[in-house]
Amino acid sequence: MCGIAGIYNFQSNKSVKLDQIQHMVSSLNHRGPDECGFLIDRNFGMGMSRLSIIDLSGGSQPLHNEDRSIWIVFNGEIFNYIELRQELEFKGHHFYTHSDTEAIVHCYEEYGVDFVKYLNGQFAISIWDVKKKKLILARDRVGIRPLFYSLLNNNSIFFASEMKAIFAEGTINPEIDEIGIAQIFTYWVNIPPVTSFKNVNELPAGHVLICNHKGTEIKPYWDMQFPANGGFDKRQKAEIIDELKDQINKAIALRLRADVPVAAYLSGGIDSSIISTLVKRNHNNNLTTFSVAFKDKDYDERTYQEQMVAHLGTNHHMCEVDAHDIAEAFIDVVWYAEKPMMRTAPAPLFALSKLVRDNNIKVVLTGEGADEIFGGYNIFKESLVRRFWSRQPDSEWRPLLLSRLYPYILKDARHLNTFWQGFFKKGLKQTHLPYYSHLIRWDNTSKTRVFFNNSIKHHYNTVAEHQDLNQYFDADIKNMAPLNQAQYIESKLFMTGYLLSSQGDRMMMGNSVEGRFPFLDHQVIEFASKISPHLKVNGLNEKYILKEAYKDILPEGIIYRSKQPYRAPILSSFLSDKTPELIKELLRPQAIKQYGYFNYNSVDKLLRKGKNISAKNDMAVAALVSVQLLHYHYIERFGDHDFRLAEKQTVINLN
Amino acid sequence: MADVKQQVRDYIIENFLFGDTSTQFSDEDSFMEKGILDSTGILEVITFLEESYGIKIEDDELVPENLDSINNIASFISRKKN
Repeated sequence: MCGIAGIYNFQSNKSVKLDQIQHMVSSLNHRGPDECGFLIDRNFGMGMSRLSIIDLSGGSQPLHNEDRSIWIVFNGEIFNYIELRQELEFKGHHFYTHSDTEAIVHCYEEYGVDFVKYLNGQFAISIWDVKKKKLILARDRVGIRPLFYSLLNNNSIFFASEMKAIFAEGTINPEIDEIGIAQIFTYWVNIPPVTSFKNVNELPAGHVLICNHKGTEIKPYWDMQFPANGGFDKRQKAEIIDELKDQINKAIALRLRADVPVAAYLSGGIDSSIISTLVKRNHNNNLTTFSVAFKDKDYDERTYQEQMVAHLGTNHHMCEVDAHDIAEAFIDVVWYAEKPMMRTAPAPLFALSKLVRDNNIKVVLTGEGADEIFGGYNIFKESLVRRFWSRQPDSEWRPLLLSRLYPYILKDARHLNTFWQGFFKKGLKQTHLPYYSHLIRWDNTSKTRVFFNNSIKHHYNTVAEHQDLNQYFDADIKNMAPLNQAQYIESKLFMTGYLLSSQGDRMMMGNSVEGRFPFLDHQVIEFASKISPHLKVNGLNEKYILKEAYKDILPEGIIYRSKQPYRAPILSSFLSDKTPELIKELLRPQAIKQYGYFNYNSVDKLLRKGKNISAKNDMAVAALVSVQLLHYHYIERFGDHDFRLAEKQTVINLN
Repeated sequence: MADVKQQVRDYIIENFLFGDTSTQFSDEDSFMEKGILDSTGILEVITFLEESYGIKIEDDELVPENLDSINNIASFISRKKN
């Protein structure tokens, strides 16, 4: 695991200087504090900061092929490197290290840009082809590892694992992009290639970028695909379950490949419980596990975590966070996430990865992705209930099914059920729209636009027509089964843009910890995509096939528990006497007015409500604090951040 | 009547749209379907109506037909006052 960065002046002879790349890499030290390496070849340069996990002594980067004509820096892991290496050696390639990195170089030599299709892993790769003067950037299929780029005057490209590295070089200054902000206040995420900063783009997951003297080209190589209606896996349930277990076992075994110990997160939910159980049973009887608990019991799942620890007998570590810890951590969270957010939920995970690091663990397995690919979220069931209701819109009992999905919303307002029906009735009959499942959520989130300045409000109108989405999504979404449409949207937006980044990669790498996600092995995804929707959400039973597969090895209290969305407190973190001084400062009238993203009068009316702010508007408070922090870190105080390079440095100069 | 409608509209804009007048809604529009209120919002509206118009709203009156638009509220208030 690492951070990568580089510059290519592809239409000029202007040479790239070592210190330009060093400045970039110094801002990525948290991603790889162990060592760093650089390559300079006239008008091209790249570098990386490394967290050593495989081939600790021989895996230093940049690495090269036999005749030193192809060089690589890369962030991530190629889990099938042993098999790849065997195939490539059979084809006559010679290896000089035992690292997974070297397999990529030879794979590119053998297959050209198609090399990426042979990799099973999580990666952001930069390959420099010396003879062709060609740069290839590639990002893994679902976007577990980040990669950003800037095109300057159409003759230079800057790229890096995190946007801060592009700004650290000094040519491109951070400027917040109002369209990016308007997107987050609607979809919760940015739609690639848009980011929250002007002039910086995100390379979409499953894409490669090729750059030579002619310019740049961006091409997809993989996307989630679902069978057209009726084309699902027709085997008996028992056979499908057998393959499911095989696939998950393989994905876990591949992800245990490391030259350092691999631990696991245990959230108390089904998904991480399955992973930990399988690792403990099949691979490592001394498994170490980690979890986060909340002082506020509305959010806490420790009883489930304790149940699993007792069941498995793992070496368990837990950290407890309260509202104040969350607010404190949130200051760093925004620096690492590089975008505003509607939730504080990443903050406890930042505290958790610190606990992991403090226990000298670098790698953890987690359950991310199971909800997306096996159908675990309420929004999937909500959409199915609304479709069912839409066939008899006057039915009195059909909408009551919604209260089974949202008992936590209804618990204080049981006699107001009929009002909630009004909320869910919006657009009820528009079942032909491919985004049907998510339109209510986006519409509801976009109500926060009342707090914006007029300029951002104006951008919202463009966002609301979903043009960016239409370009980003596979046009085939129209032909997918309803559940698959919702899964596709949820995976491409929330999973990639928030769960794996703001709440995943950035929170773990902020403390130099690498996450690995067995459910997101692309072979598991491709297998799961073919499973019939009714085996995923069966009636209103979510992740049915997954639970059927593993009900015998998990305690009943875990397998049949009601699903609790992972959330963290917002109002008690940001609007209390104990709120950190910096956040208090950023919420004062002067700071709101000075930064200028919000309409001061509206924000003032909101904040005056204090603890009485409704559930609907608490996300506006998170968004407000995060936008203010983003400006503070990147516009006002960028130079104050402590950047440094690892002591162990390798410099290769091809000039 | 007209007064009640305007008063309720002003209250909604001030408290739930935070002064933003660019969100358009007619006297007929459902607050819930427009996403202007959530269920805790309805509770605040009830308190506002009870305090402003000196009425007491019974549990079985807490239905959208009485409360989920400006027009519904206005006719509900006028029925209650008579």
